[in-house]
Amino acid sequence: MKAHLTRRYIFSASHRLHSDELSAEENHAIYGKCSNPYGHGHNYALEVTVSGQVNPQTGMVCNLADLDDAVQRGVLDRFDHQNLNSRQELASAVPTTENLSAAVFNILQQSFTAAHLERVRLEETMMNSFEYSG
Amino acid sequence: MIYLTRKCEFSASHYYYNPKLTPDENQRIFGKCANLNGHGHNYTLEVTVKGEVNPKTGFVVDLKELKEILNREVLEALDHRHLNKEVPEFANVIPTTENLTIAIWNRLQSKLNGAKLHRVRVYELPDLFVDFYGEP
Repeated sequence: MKAHLTRRYIFSASHRLHSDELSAEENHAIYGKCSNPYGHGHNYALEVTVSGQVNPQTGMVCNLADLDDAVQRGVLDRFDHQNLNSRQELASAVPTTENLSAAVFNILQQSFTAAHLERVRLEETMMNSFEYSG
Repeated sequence: MIYLTRKCEFSASHYYYNPKLTPDENQRIFGKCANLNGHGHNYTLEVTVKGEVNPKTGFVVDLKELKEILNREVLEALDHRHLNKEVPEFANVIPTTENLTIAIWNRLQSKLNGAKLHRVRVYELPDLFVDFYGEP
């Protein structure tokens, strides 16, 4: 039997949505107050969904401690209380939550192999969320 | 196709212990969940059914009937129970959230009238849930 397991994590980070390839006016037109020069921050909620056969010996898709460990090392240690613009993982991209979702997915796909990574879902605020499935 | 989700809550106790494994292995795999005195959770169950809207009623499913089925098939069996000791599915199966979600699917699947069961989601905690779509 194949089940999907989702775990939710919280981290806080700052960012500025700004592209050096655009003029100041264009940045302002596209990103609005998100382009203010000193940045701003969010409490992000990350949901990581993995799937796989339920192991008959343990009753689990994967050991939650292993997933927590992979997310702690791969995501929380990297991004929590950081400025996303300064992170090498997002150096070539504007740190929108779209790009952050893809970066988080790619990190976890590399580092967590105990179950199939189905999806990451990132809530930037209570009002918007983003999903990436690779 | 319309998807309709009904939500309800139940509270139950359980422990995780596989008698085929040694006490040390149980401790390593299940941690504090292996405490044989058990512990409990407030579970949230979300049941999603799918179907076409009946042109006569405007419903995918009669919500009152769905609520009665959930009460009868799931809540009466699980709410304020010890899953290992009082729920037959877990006599020889560890009541993890994965297995609990599958058991609830199996309890509901043949009981629904009109709509098809699409997904069962069980939250063990606000930050941990399992989805089952009936996939083998």
